[in-house]
Amino acid sequence: MPRTETAAADDWRPATGLETLKIRAGLLARIRSFFAREGVLEVDTPLLGRAASSDPALDSFATRYTGPGAAGGLPLYLQTSPEFFMKRLLAAGSGAIYQLGHVFRDGEAGARHNPEFMLLEWYRPGLTPAALMDEIDRLLAEVLDGYLEYRPARRISYRDWFLQETGLDPWHDPVEDFRAFAERNLATLPPAMGDDLDAWLDLLLSHWLEPRIQEQALFVCDYPPSQASLARIRPGERAVAERFELYLQGVELANGFHELADAQEQRRRFEQDNRRRQRQGRERLPVDERLLAALAAGLPDCSGVALGFDRLLMLAAGLPDLAAAMPFPLGRL
Amino acid sequence: MATYSTNEFRGGLKIMLDGDPCSIIENEFVKPGKGQAFNRVKIRNLKTGRVIERTFKSGETVEAADVMETDMQYLYTDGEFWHFMDPDSYEQIAADATAVGDAKKWLKEQDTCLVTLWNGTPISVTPPNFVLLKVTETDPGVRGDTSGGGGKPATLETGAVVRVPLFIDEGEVVKVDTRTGEYVGRAKD
Repeated sequence: MPRTETAAADDWRPATGLETLKIRAGLLARIRSFFAREGVLEVDTPLLGRAASSDPALDSFATRYTGPGAAGGLPLYLQTSPEFFMKRLLAAGSGAIYQLGHVFRDGEAGARHNPEFMLLEWYRPGLTPAALMDEIDRLLAEVLDGYLEYRPARRISYRDWFLQETGLDPWHDPVEDFRAFAERNLATLPPAMGDDLDAWLDLLLSHWLEPRIQEQALFVCDYPPSQASLARIRPGERAVAERFELYLQGVELANGFHELADAQEQRRRFEQDNRRRQRQGRERLPVDERLLAALAAGLPDCSGVALGFDRLLMLAAGLPDLAAAMPFPLGRL
Repeated sequence: MATYSTNEFRGGLKIMLDGDPCSIIENEFVKPGKGQAFNRVKIRNLKTGRVIERTFKSGETVEAADVMETDMQYLYTDGEFWHFMDPDSYEQIAADATAVGDAKKWLKEQDTCLVTLWNGTPISVTPPNFVLLKVTETDPGVRGDTSGGGGKPATLETGAVVRVPLFIDEGEVVKVDTRTGEYVGRAKD
């Protein structure tokens, strides 16, 4: 019998063994117990929404509801993160909340990506990004106990990280310098890079800086304002986006913001995203008016973070890739 | 002109790069959560055999290479070309020294080789993993020595030189692993 047929006959089996499922369940239980003790409320928001993230780096799955209440069909999007719904809860006075839920991103599959995955996302009214990073350190030390010896992550600014690894300043040096550095140091360059500084920063980040991370855990803070996403901009001589990322064993694990609460600024960014999408020949996405109304009603000053749960499991269990952390990854659907 | 998008990348896909046909060995999807997605790809140049790394922005397209790998029987060499035959169609093709490369020292008439054709022209030849070749020249062995420790060089009928145990004599047929160039054993007759 040819080997491929044998393999196909076995494809009904989950990609993870029972041992990994047990670790997965154990990590989930520890996360819930941590937040229960901290007084953070578990919530469960819809996976389908009328609005989608307009972030040009994300692609949403679109679908349609037809039935009572929508005879003509209502376009709906699988959420790329629970952020918009959770912010509406915050604006309605929920206080600190967390969610363990599935999110969906089209176009993403590989050793560290799957189009459907689980995010742990939480929001802390009254906490600064620095205080939220402290909490992440505490959570991970507790959740990973017995799997990884987690020590509080080193913190470095995005600017200092680039200066340390490339000698270049993303706030000051021109895009040509980043192109020249990439030409000197990377084996090859993508043919169609163009002259968008952020694309060159992303190229160097993923091909030069990330592979050189020495620390077990590293927080990178204060991003260029052009990469603010939904973070506040801290004005000053050198304005920065109050955004941070956590790398654990070199894997991008979490992304956090000092959350933007200004409805007008949020509307401006949505429109900017949509203009950028149009320039790339992609469709405009509907703006979430209910989120904007919630911000206008008043989002408490808060910090929030989203952490890739499957990546956490992958690292905790020492698995070779993300697919090994999921019973039914894309290849087993 | 056929093209592939980065979403079609997988091991074994044949694409054109810098004018040469290449085969993808490994494809890695890399994407910062809030940033540009890339495909980092390991590629073998099918003409030179060299392995290189390339990065593409996800969504870019590349030209497909018209590459075919086919089993063919080695017939003979006229010194300039090595002639192969398709066992089904009896069609013959001639490969030059560049295409045959290191394989030439293992080519024995009637052995089946894997020939890589680009636009119908042979660009590389892979000999069978194991070949049986006659020893044409080697120093006389030491009688009674069957351990094979140490060994000695032996020239084979194709011109290849391999290390063989001391007990191997001229005229014997030996089995050689062409991937490592190492003696495996005496041919069983």
